[in-house]
Amino acid sequence: MAGEKLKMVPTRDGFGEGLIELGRKNKDIVVLSADLTDSTRANWFKKEFPERFFGLGVAEQDMIGTAAGFALMGKIPFACTFGVFASGRAWDQIRVSVAYMNLNVKIIGTHGGISVGPDGATHQALEEISLMRILPNMTIIVPCDALEAKRATIESVNLKGPVYIRLGRSGAHVITKESDPFKIGKAVCLKDGKDLTIFACGQMVYEAALACDELKKDGIDARLVNMHTPKPIDKDCIIKAASQTGAIVAVEEHTIAGGFGSAIAEVVIENCPVPVKFVGIRDRFGVSGEPDELFEHFGLRAKNIVQAAKEALAMKR
Amino acid sequence: MNHPNIRELQKKAIEIRKDILKMLTLAGSGHTGGSLSIVEILVALYYHALKNDPNNPKWKERDYFLLSKGHGCPALYAVLAEKGYFNREDLWKLRKLGSMLQGHPQLGLPGIEISSGSLGQGLSIANGIALAARLDKSDIRVYCLLGDGETNEGQVWEAAMTAAHYKLDNVCAIIDFNKLQIDGFCCDVKDMGAYFDKWKNFGWETIETDGHDIKKLMNAFDKAKTIKGMPAVIIAHTIKGKGVSFVENKVEWHGIAPKKEEYERAMKELDEALGKI
Ligand SMILES: Cc1ncc(C[n+]2csc(CCOP(=O)(O)OP(=O)(O)O)c2C)c(N)n1
Repeated sequence: MAGEKLKMVPTRDGFGEGLIELGRKNKDIVVLSADLTDSTRANWFKKEFPERFFGLGVAEQDMIGTAAGFALMGKIPFACTFGVFASGRAWDQIRVSVAYMNLNVKIIGTHGGISVGPDGATHQALEEISLMRILPNMTIIVPCDALEAKRATIESVNLKGPVYIRLGRSGAHVITKESDPFKIGKAVCLKDGKDLTIFACGQMVYEAALACDELKKDGIDARLVNMHTPKPIDKDCIIKAASQTGAIVAVEEHTIAGGFGSAIAEVVIENCPVPVKFVGIRDRFGVSGEPDELFEHFGLRAKNIVQAAKEALAMKR
Repeated sequence: MNHPNIRELQKKAIEIRKDILKMLTLAGSGHTGGSLSIVEILVALYYHALKNDPNNPKWKERDYFLLSKGHGCPALYAVLAEKGYFNREDLWKLRKLGSMLQGHPQLGLPGIEISSGSLGQGLSIANGIALAARLDKSDIRVYCLLGDGETNEGQVWEAAMTAAHYKLDNVCAIIDFNKLQIDGFCCDVKDMGAYFDKWKNFGWETIETDGHDIKKLMNAFDKAKTIKGMPAVIIAHTIKGKGVSFVENKVEWHGIAPKKEEYERAMKELDEALGKI
């Protein structure tokens, strides 16, 4: 993967494409936006289907409630804004008006993670997986590239119930192909290995792939899993990885507190305890900077994954 | 609409108050004041304004009623049982483990359109239903009952702007204007100032009425239906704890249930009132 020349496309673009496709196929799709219609790519849908687009202004709580109303009437609303505002500002609305009622609302949180860049801490969502994971009925998808984002968007409609999709602002390497399998809740093993398993989601999958290549040079045979659905998490895949490879590294562009790695660790500890190392953001807010600089700054590079892998191996009995 | 005469409905309101008190007493907890204040509003809705069918709660053509002030649910449960949405015996299991009658309304109980209890969320949902109905070219109406204290919540005003922006004349909000919340009188807790003007300025047609006068409430609902091009809000003057002398206007009765002897005193008062109609 490392040697290949890969296209760079933001995952939000994949969402935008998927949404238009859905809009053409299904008249029940409606789209809501909280004054971030261009940034979230909701405007791609709006251009083609203005009558099924609803702007709510800067009012995320109202947007989620309105989406719940649409869902009660059998529509399939996509409520779109930045991840920080979707998951944080409107959390109680998502809890009561969406998750508790198990309504068919799709929540689109773009600009997730530090790859937002210069806008800084208030705009870099580092908590969505944690915040959404604790809600019963909620499904969370973190696509690794634009193609997966498109497929996740389209697939999300076949799942009746709340879905949160975490997307990014900046270009991400397109590492999947149309022919690859994609099923919500089913992890994808990108590379088999016997020494340890690296689980990643979002654009960290690419970084983890680079790390696997590095580890190989040191004679370490790592398994790599694209865990695009942090919830419901693919337990079988995790238990198999723990029992077959005996060490785990979880990689996320997100806080490690209660996030993606925690979700994996919960399964490991209860079913097949083996060492787990986390690569992610540790109890900090984001800062301004270019995405590339920030990945370095927060220790989210392949080299950090390599180091975590070696530490996990050392802990292996 | 063909409805029984007002006296019958006034009697019904008192019977519903009796049910509410029995439910709360058996439950041993719950919101007495804010349930008693909305009884006539619910009676006017369910026996006059709403298009509904208790035998077919999911009827496509029905109007929606959303209880945004979810803590007032004992009143709604009592009315729904009276209408035949579910068995009256279920009322006595309010708040008990295994009961469909949760401490705050939960979707799934026949006649309940939304789960609520976290204040401030109902009106946004009402707007979503109304917008969807418009897309479907359906002429259903959406009613949403809020507490006055509840309108401290910012989301209510976000939703108020949305309804006005989209000219949702199929939305009718009702404010249970009892002037009390938990910490005291609304004006002392956080003075909302010129309350009617607020709604007007947010683009709503405001209709003021006596929230315990069933005839006036019916007229208010009829008037709301005639408003075109903008949403309507009925601001209904009510008394928290209405109908039971020692509960009326007493802030401490917000979130407690009657004890046995209080229940008996209340029943006596209500029976006397019933006799006078
Ligand atoms: C979001 C939220 N905050 C706080 C509460 C706790 N609470 C329940 S009722 C209430 C007061 C509501 O006052 P009002 O709407 O006037 O209701 P009423 O007096 O008619 O009972 C509060 C603060 C809640 N249920 N939801």
